Amino acid sequence: MTQTRPLTPAPVGLLAELTHRCPLGCPYCSNPLEMDSAAQELDTESWKRIFSQAAAAGVLHVHLSGGEPAARKDLAELVAHCTSVGLYTNLITSGIGITGAVMARLNAAGLDHFQLSIQDSVAESADKIAGYKGAFAKKREVAALVQATGIPLTINAVMHRANITRAADMVNLAIELGARRIEIAHTQYYGWAKVNRDALMPSRAEADVAIAAIEALKAELAGVIVIDHVLPDYHARFPKACMGGWARRTLNVTPTGKVLPCHAAETIAGLDFWNSRDHDLLDIWNHSPAFSAYRGTSWMKEPCLSCARKEVDFGGCRCQALALAGDASAADPVCHLSPDHAKITEALVASSGQTAPDYRYRRLDKRQP
Amino acid sequence: MSVPETIATKTIADEARPHLPRGVRLRFDTVRNEWNLLAPERVLKVDAIAVEILKRCTGTASFTAIIADLAQNFAADPALIRKDVHAFLHGLVQKRMMDL
Repeated sequence: MTQTRPLTPAPVGLLAELTHRCPLGCPYCSNPLEMDSAAQELDTESWKRIFSQAAAAGVLHVHLSGGEPAARKDLAELVAHCTSVGLYTNLITSGIGITGAVMARLNAAGLDHFQLSIQDSVAESADKIAGYKGAFAKKREVAALVQATGIPLTINAVMHRANITRAADMVNLAIELGARRIEIAHTQYYGWAKVNRDALMPSRAEADVAIAAIEALKAELAGVIVIDHVLPDYHARFPKACMGGWARRTLNVTPTGKVLPCHAAETIAGLDFWNSRDHDLLDIWNHSPAFSAYRGTSWMKEPCLSCARKEVDFGGCRCQALALAGDASAADPVCHLSPDHAKITEALVASSGQTAPDYRYRRLDKRQP
Repeated sequence: MSVPETIATKTIADEARPHLPRGVRLRFDTVRNEWNLLAPERVLKVDAIAVEILKRCTGTASFTAIIADLAQNFAADPALIRKDVHAFLHGLVQKRMMDL
């Protein structure tokens, strides 16, 4: 029997947003502003089918995220299924809902990697950012539970105005908690973070100090902790290669089964997203209009089209191009060559030196605390 | 800031017993027909030589024993093998993908 050659290289990663339910209210949440309710979520068997299809399509890593994935009672069952089909399982969690019993079930299910978000190195500030009293203390307990199993621990830290001066402290905290890896990600301004941009944007000077400190620690701590540093794109000259290129490496499944090239892709109006309830995952990857729309470089216009970096950064982020330039096929305005680059400079000026406004917390039911 | 004393900055001792920590897995990818080392947020494509080294990193064999075994099986100069295996494993230790 001959195997049909896939039209595009196989996907390597799948982000499964199991639910939008979450006890925390982080103002930079990557979930969309319009979220799915519990009643709309895929059931256990549907997720298992998706994971089986993902493994067959060539996916290596599955990232179990949300919302808070522990809000799903079938979380350990889903991990066990992923393990059985050979997927590498990565849990991305706030830690809230991870009790000793849940941890034991995840361990027995063969969980490969545990990523725990921590909002700040100082409890009071961490709890304020999360919009959840006691979150920081709870996360310390969860880190200890992970440590006891031997599952590798990563700390995820999103940096912004309220914690940017403690970037290096976050690395120290991660080492103290037994993490093998830390992800220091400067806020990316989509969805909730864009709504809260003036409350989150640090000054250029603060960002530069933090960046230098983290880059220095990277080399100093090699062999102790792996530091992955996601730089703030508003301060950059060139855009990031968003998602490693649209529909090039990863796909994202929403709580209701919609399959997206990235978690913010639904902000681009007019894209036709296929649902995993109706199509096989590989079919969606190869043929769905939303994936084809910005794959490769043929959709580009100037200045991207003739740019020497067009296969380095793939024109940056489509969602940011739409949000700031009003055109999803324009150059990402972060790029200094973009005709809309002034929008970035204006945003930086607007947020600098101002008193930070209050957060608009991310809540599923839209009520503010 | 206090940095924990680490094996990473030293050479690998003869009696070290290298092994993949939990969360780092050697796996054959049947879709792409290649060996991968899967780790937190990392995929390393590994060649046939690396696979031979990794399969011996079980936590029971010492660094010296792994080198002797490879030298015997591949009729190669042990000194050269030591140099290559050390460089490979040390690189993984630095990335926290190998424990000693």
